[in-house]
Amino acid sequence: MSAKTPSRLEKIMAAGHLGVTSECGPPRGSDPETIREKAELLRGYVDAVNVTDNQTSVVRTSSLATCIHLKLMGIEPVLQMVTRDRNRIALQSDILGGASFDIFNLLCLSGDHQSFGDNPQGQNVHDLDSMQLAWTARKMRDEGKFLGGADIKRPPRMFVGAAANPFADPFEIRVPRLAKKIEAGAEFIQTQCIYNLDKFEEWVKQARERGLTEKVYIMAGVTPFKSAGMAKYMKNRVPGMDVPDDVVKRMADTPKEKQAEEGVNICVETIQRLKEVDGVKGFHIMAIEWEEMVPDIVKRSGLYPRPEIA
Amino acid sequence: MIRSITQQKPIEEIERLLEGMGRIFIIGCGTCTTLTRTGGAPEVEEMSRTLSEKGKVITGTTVVPVACDNLTPQILNDHGSRINQADALLVMSCAFGVQTIGSQLGAMVIPAQDTLFIGKEKAGGGFNEICIQCGTCIIGETGGICPVTTCHKGLVNGPCGGTNGGKCEIDSNKDCAWTMIYNRLSEQGRLDAMRKYQKPRNHLGEPKPGKYDIPV
Repeated sequence: MSAKTPSRLEKIMAAGHLGVTSECGPPRGSDPETIREKAELLRGYVDAVNVTDNQTSVVRTSSLATCIHLKLMGIEPVLQMVTRDRNRIALQSDILGGASFDIFNLLCLSGDHQSFGDNPQGQNVHDLDSMQLAWTARKMRDEGKFLGGADIKRPPRMFVGAAANPFADPFEIRVPRLAKKIEAGAEFIQTQCIYNLDKFEEWVKQARERGLTEKVYIMAGVTPFKSAGMAKYMKNRVPGMDVPDDVVKRMADTPKEKQAEEGVNICVETIQRLKEVDGVKGFHIMAIEWEEMVPDIVKRSGLYPRPEIA
Repeated sequence: MIRSITQQKPIEEIERLLEGMGRIFIIGCGTCTTLTRTGGAPEVEEMSRTLSEKGKVITGTTVVPVACDNLTPQILNDHGSRINQADALLVMSCAFGVQTIGSQLGAMVIPAQDTLFIGKEKAGGGFNEICIQCGTCIIGETGGICPVTTCHKGLVNGPCGGTNGGKCEIDSNKDCAWTMIYNRLSEQGRLDAMRKYQKPRNHLGEPKPGKYDIPV
């Protein structure tokens, strides 16, 4: 696969390096300093920083505005867009807005249901779904056309990604679904947090057998546990999350003051094992409200220094 | 059989809507709200008692056979004077009935119900919403099950990542639309249908408010 956009993330993976991304959740307020402080923690340790889009349906500073802050700091953003809050007119408009600031990465998601957030009485949109958003972004980039068919002056140049959950059921449809996302336009995939390594490896194997790993960059998603409580919460309360009992037990058996360290150990071990899996092209480290741990995880996983790309 | 599914508004809201109106005539419906037990004879009687206790004068009550049908002459014949004595009609049908009665009688109508959806009766009682009348039907490609209605995000290209043991992430009492579609297509040997990418939907099938004239 050769790079088709100016995206640094794409160029790094196209050159055969493992890509590394992390994320920056925008604040529940308008103070730009909190964005800059979080992003500064990640500078130099990751190739691009995902900016979440009102994650868990809780109102935050917009993903696009936050991405612009990052871009102005010289940090490459991945613009996350959910289809929950905007129709096709607003989605295309925001893609252009991002492109006008030379934002080169886009992650297309459907978004958590609004009932999980702070406006459960709100109306969701889903005029497009995540696949159709990826398809739209590719049409805008590759054909230089809007959904309505008109030409775009200076089309966006975005590396287009989507999410995948290898653990949701029915498991049998997860690889065909990945194939469909690729067909719709996804060029990179960031997965749900991986704790069940065997199941993830089986999913990658099936993807490999269908030739999908030659068509898409799969970035394995990892999240370090901060505590045993967090492990239990993720296991029991987060839909579509697969946390095996032995992982929960390992956290629970660790003394409280050592649990954060153990969570990071598990994360680093996960990356080290998955680095060897044929078809895994990078890692997406989602250290939720724990950005300061990312440099350590990247270094201990042997992913530092990050490659220089022209 | 499809039914208009309703839920009675909280009594506080009904009281607020009836504020300043002392004399009330109550109308139930013999069709949907009778079946859902939200506005049939027993519920009308109960409402009459409740409002009387709260100091309202109930000028009369009736349960019309079909509130969304044009029944003005019959209702007026049977109850004209009692209706005329009332400051408002409290209608315990769905919103179709409330609007029909309001426009036919030219009277002040107050709904006692929230109209939730058009539901299909289940075996053993209860109702499911299986069609939202979107105007551009795709169930020919989804095993006869509508994901636009049945998936809480209305996703037409397969399930989200929150499928949980075949149930929906937002309500463990509701089946995941795409698990049902997968099972149905699997039984039919038509799983290939799930591989087909569905382009953005046409929401212009019949713009709101829908209108249909019988072709001449």
